[in-house]
Amino acid sequence: MENPSLLEMRGISKRFGHVRANDGVDLTLNGGDILGLLGENGAGKTTLMNILFGVYTPDSGRIAIAGRPVHIRSSSDALAHGVGMVHQHFHLVARHTVLENLMVGQSGRGIRLDRNFILQRMQDIEQRFGLHLVPGARVSDLTIGEQQRLEIVKALIRGARILILDEPTAALTPQETEGLFTALRAMASQSMGVVFISHKLHEVMAITQRVVILQQGKVAAEVLNDGTISQRRLAELMCGQEISPPSKSSAKPGAVRLRMENLRTPGGARPSLKGVCLKIRGGEILGIAGVSGNGQSELADVIAGMLPPAGGILEINGKPVPRYTPRSMQALGVGRIPEDRMGTGLIPALPLSSCMVLSRIQEFRFSRCGFLKHAAIRRFADQQIESFGIKAAGHQVRTGTLSGGNLQKALLARELAWNPTLLLAAQPTRGLDVAATRFVHQRFLELRDRDCAIVLISEDLEELFALSDRIAVMYEGRIMDILDIQTATVANVGLLMAGVGGSK
Amino acid sequence: MNGVRLELRTQTPWWLNLVLPLAAIGLTLVLCSGLIVLAGANVFTAYTKLFLSSLSTPFNLVETVVKATPLVFTGLAVTVAFRAKFWNIGAEGQLLAGAMAAAFIGACEALPAWSLVPLMVLGGALAGSIWALIPAVLKARYKVDDVVTTLLLNFVLYYGMMALLDGPWKDPLSGYPDSPDIRAAAEFPILLRATRLHLGALLAAAAAAAVWLMMRHTTLGFEISAVGENLKASRYAGINIGAVILLTATTSGALAGLAGVGEVGGIHFQVMAGLSPGYGYTGIVIAMLARLNPIGVVPAAIFFAVVITGAEAMSRATGVPVFLADVIQGMSLITMLAALMLTQYRIRANRTEHE
Repeated sequence: MENPSLLEMRGISKRFGHVRANDGVDLTLNGGDILGLLGENGAGKTTLMNILFGVYTPDSGRIAIAGRPVHIRSSSDALAHGVGMVHQHFHLVARHTVLENLMVGQSGRGIRLDRNFILQRMQDIEQRFGLHLVPGARVSDLTIGEQQRLEIVKALIRGARILILDEPTAALTPQETEGLFTALRAMASQSMGVVFISHKLHEVMAITQRVVILQQGKVAAEVLNDGTISQRRLAELMCGQEISPPSKSSAKPGAVRLRMENLRTPGGARPSLKGVCLKIRGGEILGIAGVSGNGQSELADVIAGMLPPAGGILEINGKPVPRYTPRSMQALGVGRIPEDRMGTGLIPALPLSSCMVLSRIQEFRFSRCGFLKHAAIRRFADQQIESFGIKAAGHQVRTGTLSGGNLQKALLARELAWNPTLLLAAQPTRGLDVAATRFVHQRFLELRDRDCAIVLISEDLEELFALSDRIAVMYEGRIMDILDIQTATVANVGLLMAGVGGSK
Repeated sequence: MNGVRLELRTQTPWWLNLVLPLAAIGLTLVLCSGLIVLAGANVFTAYTKLFLSSLSTPFNLVETVVKATPLVFTGLAVTVAFRAKFWNIGAEGQLLAGAMAAAFIGACEALPAWSLVPLMVLGGALAGSIWALIPAVLKARYKVDDVVTTLLLNFVLYYGMMALLDGPWKDPLSGYPDSPDIRAAAEFPILLRATRLHLGALLAAAAAAAVWLMMRHTTLGFEISAVGENLKASRYAGINIGAVILLTATTSGALAGLAGVGEVGGIHFQVMAGLSPGYGYTGIVIAMLARLNPIGVVPAAIFFAVVITGAEAMSRATGVPVFLADVIQGMSLITMLAALMLTQYRIRANRTEHE
């Protein structure tokens, strides 16, 4: 008899109310496997992995690890069975050092012994997988890539043989992603198993040997990544429909919509802008690239009206901004898609219709003399739900129950309803599936062709290259360089992101 | 090993809004029955007295409504504030501010008789507002914690009031620390002959309807909910957070102030030390029990009015101290807060059997 698989999940089902998040899912992971787990938002990837990691208990189904049936009731159970997970959002203590973070949860030994044990394990892990960390470094000083490395090391130190990575490359530079892949390959070569969840198909193609595709809680397909399958085919399997790349006409730049000259923001807890110069015209998309934490969020907040500049020039449509507030930026025709659509863009606890009119409630269209025009609000919401194809049970549903893609559509529906002349879009497709991403991209290109200027801040280089007419790279609060899309390459953008080269 | 665990809910079913407060009250009564046993009484008799005595005669029924009147006001005051996440623990102080203004205006000889009641209502509401605006300004401008300021200002106002009552406001006739009686024309009209049911009850009912209207149908109510649910998204959407907080505080303080006006104009006709046995704090329990729904405040206030008035009868009949009413109030807040967790989570049993 052959060796049992490292992990076997059989017939896993999980319902939430009427929704079958997982419906009889089978999944096998062998030692030495890097398994890609693909699926649109709401397809059940996260639920499945949360079941494996003990966050949820399945309604039915069996899990066996190395041939032995197990019941995983909590994340500590999961770790005891050798299952480790690196979430999209890290669970680290920012003010502690790397070593201290690794010691959390390692109880039962004396502190001194523990220290030496961990240091020894760190060395061991560095040798085996090339995951280097400085034990005394403070987490708050680490880059996102290093923090992720720490999360991986944390799982490995606790004895993980199966590692689940949820969207691990979302915030990494291309170079950091390559480093991560090297470590994952080393793990596989030492008969560990890796589950790699991602929306980025080219990365799934690059790193996995086998891909399981979930659709509406069921396994829709399982394919070997042996070079015969194309990225496009994967995308089609995922959404069950054909996908064509967005077509883009050449830009016809019009009048200057936004100009920043030596723009600075106050320092302090956040990174500051240290003299940003840029100009963007109607009918073009300016992509902003950069490793997160180099001032992109602050640039977005300045344009959104949330972060008053400390100096320099900020002009909209050729005129300085008179009174700097979020509302006045809206009044100047700035549409704004914030990075954190749940926390900053929408209000999960309110009905969808309220969120759709949130920024415009004072307009005559939606209220008169301080009284709401409920009928008009409902009509507007229904109309936008329809024209943006938002999947929701109606305008009265709680916004928080919508999926990521539908939340983003709702936000677009709100901001685009007023025909902005300048659109700020920060990480507009982060966490969205292929179909929703396609939708957002299509809308952006339509807007651009209608002479809107779009500032597209993204950590997804593929997206930036697909949409932008010019790409500006930010590093430490400055624009390193602005490249024309015809001449820009991933390699030179990657170098600029790391602070190498540039015209300034 | 068997056990239970909490899982995040994707949706909150509507009936929970009704079931949770009832369950919280039920659990409270079960927990408090231990105290009744300790006090050496029969649980059933004690609870029967507690709940039924206040509903047994028409007079007692009316008295319950009289007791509920200030509680509706403070419950509404807290509801409005909490909806915006302005943690107004200061309804007690705002109530006293309103009461003092009403007592001052009501005793003023220079004013025409017909203007006294309207001026007491306006002045009391204004005084409550002003007292609530202090912490609101501190919060909006300087980010000072509102829980601390609203709570502590209660004591500032209470001891300030006591200083007045012991000094310039001392009743010249009796020498007690009571303010002078208001003029006869300032007394609230009685709605039902031979009872204490006064105009305040009508105002309280109207206030509940008005607050509901405001929260449901006005831009201010819309913005209060938005700010309360997500401050950052509201700011991003262009809502003027500072203005919303100040308006919320004004409304909340005015409502609490009206509770004081009613007590002075309809019940006591003066200000004295025991004017409010903690109506402002009970308002917090009421608002939570009503799940911050202005209409729900009315039954919740009546429930506590029943408990407060019934406690006397229970004590006389069974010897259980009246303080049980306070324990029930405190315990319901705790059980309700625990129950609120169930709006977000569901309890699931861990299954151990295979399959």
